[in-house]
Amino acid sequence: MLVPRIIPCLDVKDGRVVKGVQFQGLRDAGDPVACARRYAEQGADELVLLDVSATREGRGHALQTVRAVRRILSIPLTVGGGVRSVQDAEQLLAAGADKVATNSAAVQRPGLLTELRDQFGSQCTVLAVDAARIQGVGQARWQVVTNAGTEATGVDVLDWVERAVQLGAGELLLTSWDRDGTRSGYDVALLRQVAAAVPVPVIASGGAAHVDHLLEALAAGASAVLVASMLHDGDTTVLDIKQELRTKNCEVRL
Amino acid sequence: MREVCIVPTGTANVASVCAAFERLGTRPLLCDDPVQIARAARVVLPGVGAFAAAARRIDELGLRSVLLERVAEQRATLAICLGMQLFCARSDESPDAHGLAVVPDSIARFGDGLRVPQVGWNRVLPVGSELLEPGYAYFVHSYRLAAMPPGWSGAMTDYGGEFVSALERGPVLACQFHPEISGDYGQALLGRWLQRSDEVAAC
Repeated sequence: MLVPRIIPCLDVKDGRVVKGVQFQGLRDAGDPVACARRYAEQGADELVLLDVSATREGRGHALQTVRAVRRILSIPLTVGGGVRSVQDAEQLLAAGADKVATNSAAVQRPGLLTELRDQFGSQCTVLAVDAARIQGVGQARWQVVTNAGTEATGVDVLDWVERAVQLGAGELLLTSWDRDGTRSGYDVALLRQVAAAVPVPVIASGGAAHVDHLLEALAAGASAVLVASMLHDGDTTVLDIKQELRTKNCEVRL
Repeated sequence: MREVCIVPTGTANVASVCAAFERLGTRPLLCDDPVQIARAARVVLPGVGAFAAAARRIDELGLRSVLLERVAEQRATLAICLGMQLFCARSDESPDAHGLAVVPDSIARFGDGLRVPQVGWNRVLPVGSELLEPGYAYFVHSYRLAAMPPGWSGAMTDYGGEFVSALERGPVLACQFHPEISGDYGQALLGRWLQRSDEVAAC
């Protein structure tokens, strides 16, 4: 039986791990290689590394970081942040990523997903979707936001994910922009609708503070859960999380 | 230092495979030369991407007969993911493409009602295997071999029904999962395969 994945996420800026609420007030959370090693030893099932650098120098750092992390990491590594072309993806894969995640660039140019699928396969093509609730409508709806949440696109999240999977996305990394970093739990209604709309695995992201939040996301149809602030603050470990999941009858890889 | 010859089958991401073999104290060498691949003590056929593209690449590089000979002569050869599928005759993914046909079977897509691709950790259950142990390994694939071909040992895994997660015959090992990114389980398996390759070389 396929078991749910617990995926720590490292936001990396200029070669350092950072964490903040909705990318505001970023705090230094350590060396990426040390963090990656620690999480892998704790039993992480996969690692996501998002390069949040905005500069060309930062991008250079990101490739070095991917190489250094790959050297020590024996679990899958997904890398995203600023992937705009097949060439960008190729560089990251050559540096040691197993999958690449694309976000804003795919919204601007959806054909990028097809190019990535044709070149590397859909199993390698992860679409990151940042979703924000549209306020003041009767039924819950979400729109895609891009460029670190600064740009509302007006694109409906459900329309986008269905189209993206047809174009080539093999996995979705779905972040609730309303919940990210708030520790108030995943947006379960969003997850349920997206997981029902697409046949590919969905990774839940944004808002987890404790294990019951993870269980809610898995019950809503997520195949994996992304955890960041929960771990960076050092108040729990991947191993603690997995042991608690087991006591709650959720089978995990231990 | 032991050398491991890794065949770049086009778009396969070989960085993870190289890193895993480096962690095991071996020297991974990328190599697409048929003569070297024929002679090498250990050959790895990794693979991500499409069946047809990889099969075409093998033919373009002139590797078909070389790889078939290695398997027939029971020389240390490791095929990973699509590499394992290439051991089969054909795949629903690319019905016109010809695999190596080490086994005569066909690769089919997972059935309806499942999330596809299968992405993540699933339990590997050895069947008459000497190299594999039970445990969780990391899978990423949409197509699979449904039943163990006669004359092979290996492992089975369940995803909406059983499928073949590994084929094994002496030092010839084909894994549907990715040992290079399957944590301690995968590293230990690669270590045992290297050990087996030494024993074969010493014969």
